[in-house]
Amino acid sequence: MIRPEDLLHPTPVGLYCPPLDAYIDPVRSVDRAIVTHGHSDHARAGHSSVLATPETLAAMAVRYGEGFARVRQPAAYGQSVTLGETRLTLLPAGHVLGSAQVLVEHKGLRMICTGDYKRRPDPTCPPFEPVACHVLISEATFALPVFRHPEPETEIRRLLTSLAGFPERTHLVGAYAFGKAQRVIRLLRQAGYDEPIIVHGALESLNELYERFDVSLGPLERVPDARVRRSEASTLPGRIVIAPPSAMRTRWADRFADPLFAFASGWMTIRQRARAAGVELALAISDHADWTELTQTVSEINPDELWITHGRDDALARWAELEGRRARPLRLIGYEEEHGD
Amino acid sequence: MQTFAELLDRLILTPSRQGRVRILRAYLASTPDPDRGWALAAIAGDLKLPGLQAGLIRTLASTRIDPVLFSLSYDYVGDLAETVSLLWPPRPGANRTPTLSEVVTGLNTASPDERARRLEIWLDSLSVSGRFALLKLSSGRLRIGASRRLALQAAADLGTHPVEEIEEIWHGLSPPYEDLFAWLEGRAQRPGEETPAGFRPVMLAHAAAPELEPGRRLADAIDPEVYAAEWKWDGVRIQLVREKDVQRLYTRTGEDVTGAFPELMDEIGLTGRIDGELLIRGPGGEPAPFADVQKRLGRRTISTREAARRPAFIRCYDLLEHDGQDLRTLPFRSRREHLERLVPTLRRDRIDLSQLISFSGAADLDALRRQPPQPAIEGVMLKRWDSAYVAGRPMGQWFKWKRDPCLIDAVMMYAQRGHGRRSGAFSDFTFGLWTAGPEGDRLTPVGKTYFGFTDEELVRLDRHVRETTVERFGPVHSLATGPDQGLVLEVAFDAVQRSSRHRSGLAMRFPRIHRIRWDKPAGEADRLETLAAMIPATEAGTV
Repeated sequence: MIRPEDLLHPTPVGLYCPPLDAYIDPVRSVDRAIVTHGHSDHARAGHSSVLATPETLAAMAVRYGEGFARVRQPAAYGQSVTLGETRLTLLPAGHVLGSAQVLVEHKGLRMICTGDYKRRPDPTCPPFEPVACHVLISEATFALPVFRHPEPETEIRRLLTSLAGFPERTHLVGAYAFGKAQRVIRLLRQAGYDEPIIVHGALESLNELYERFDVSLGPLERVPDARVRRSEASTLPGRIVIAPPSAMRTRWADRFADPLFAFASGWMTIRQRARAAGVELALAISDHADWTELTQTVSEINPDELWITHGRDDALARWAELEGRRARPLRLIGYEEEHGD
Repeated sequence: MQTFAELLDRLILTPSRQGRVRILRAYLASTPDPDRGWALAAIAGDLKLPGLQAGLIRTLASTRIDPVLFSLSYDYVGDLAETVSLLWPPRPGANRTPTLSEVVTGLNTASPDERARRLEIWLDSLSVSGRFALLKLSSGRLRIGASRRLALQAAADLGTHPVEEIEEIWHGLSPPYEDLFAWLEGRAQRPGEETPAGFRPVMLAHAAAPELEPGRRLADAIDPEVYAAEWKWDGVRIQLVREKDVQRLYTRTGEDVTGAFPELMDEIGLTGRIDGELLIRGPGGEPAPFADVQKRLGRRTISTREAARRPAFIRCYDLLEHDGQDLRTLPFRSRREHLERLVPTLRRDRIDLSQLISFSGAADLDALRRQPPQPAIEGVMLKRWDSAYVAGRPMGQWFKWKRDPCLIDAVMMYAQRGHGRRSGAFSDFTFGLWTAGPEGDRLTPVGKTYFGFTDEELVRLDRHVRETTVERFGPVHSLATGPDQGLVLEVAFDAVQRSSRHRSGLAMRFPRIHRIRWDKPAGEADRLETLAAMIPATEAGTV
């Protein structure tokens, strides 16, 4: 069997696979890229060819325009691509629409790069599929035992409770434009909220993308133009508005009725983080695995070796040491803590 | 305990002061005695519990959590109470949750061993929020961004009395303040009136900007007929009061520091209340630099020998009461006349008078501000001759006009994740200057700062740290530096003095990042000698 390092190894550009001559989620333009999901720090424009799920390729086209790469190589979940003696398969990662784990097999050696993932049910994408392998390369965004995310349904209930308690205030929910925003909308619908949800313009094309892949978001409305308003109702008291976090603390938010700032993110577990972000209602809804999910996933897959890509690598490596597992932090650089848009 | 926990959570996340006052008021109105009194004391910073040491909380945590995972978590979260509250392994249904009063009485009456045992039982029974509140409470300081003034404002809003009235009696009251609530709710007489030598809230100045007020330029406004000018001494704002043979010393926030300055408690001839700057006398009789004052202030008590070696004195600039008469409503001009008559009758080595500066207009005052005659002066104060002494920071009355800061270009050497608001991002930076070494120039660390950058800059600084880290020592990241490598920070500071405690032999006062020089090569940053040359000449000889 070849050494794992000969099949996948870290480089400053990203994880490199020599037999395929391809990089996973490269942070600079390369000839051949394998992209795990459509968040901007993993999926960049300008590669010659991109292999990804059809959903991810569609997301990249929405974000960067149709010319984001010369060649698109779609690979549906579970459908393998073989080059010489190396076989590559994308598996569901449960992170956002189209997100995938990368399984690489070569002469009996199996390696899996999880990409960003979570294990909680998400109504907008298929669940993470655990598959046995020799080397598991795991993300570690929330790899600290302080991160034990509450159930997303509980957090959505808190939003609806606040809405009932402050019917005079617009509830402005910050959520990353790709993935989190649509998940929050779906969670609201599942909780029985049928009112039209107001969405920021930056979300529109991505919402359409989800609808195209049969994720129904219910009635959505555009934010009214600030110049043509001035009736009481046009300031949207008691309504839910979803916007990318970058829009929250700008003049754009002035049009709403005494806006109450909420933010849906795994970081909201930590009070000081919420406070620093000026958030009044912290919703700990995460698209990444928390500590329990990360450690249980490693135990479940039970690889010979654990490699850790980006995030709180020290803590996951320590956990592995306590468990008597072989682990290696790769300290990859260039991926955001969570995806700013 | 759960309602108190929810109160803290909401106070932490509510951005506006007004909103926080409203939330606290609603809590005080709907929570029975004595719980609400303990909560008020805790938020005002006046709840004295037998200090549960941070070490004890850590030890307790280490019985449940791997110490390495604990320290990585603590390093990341930046707040001990929050870290432990999130890490504590849940054991639901184990016990009944305690009330706030039970926690306070429990901690007050238990022996040290018993206290740790109780804490553990409570931690098992509470939710994340409850554990956070409990740990904040038992560590002594809440640090949730609510001040005493905010707490008292919320209490005042229960009734019709202005907050100043509560502030005046506050020092004579003790938690859980049932007498205070009874008075505020109109059920009893005003409590605590007979307490002598309490604290009176102080009057503060605005920073002078080129526009003093909208439409009024500083240069046009400075008229000696309208404003008195004094030096702004770099000491500690203090209030000294003697009433009915009780003498006390308070800081500007009302903290009682009587014990730290026994030499000021001698008979000095005062019957009244003065407002002034506490300074330490240097070897030549002149006021010593701020670091010396700080050393004294850090100690609760002090030996007579130490007090005699570095004696404190008060340079006073206002008189609030005299011989039982409240002078605060008088204009500054009249209070000043009272003060000038009083000071010569007091002990001269303990109390002296802050001199007025004579000036003709903005130009010569500006020159004086830039080139003050002594290093312990940090600028000038402007006070309207007709200003009454009003608690708080009233508009348009007093201004501080500080000397311009000194600047130096330094190289970022080490970084650490911040605590509190900035937890998570690298925001504590150690910077250094070039000095000659055996193998050519090397950097010597000269200071540390976590001020002076915007949230956007913080994101970029954080990325710089993550991308240039070459080594880690626990939480400290050591960065790649060299003539062509490293980030130059333009650091502003108020003063520099010699220090035997720092490796560079120099200590900077209030260093903060003035500008980030993304453009400047590290090799062009300043040398240590340049900083040493900025020590004021009067001090250069003394170490």
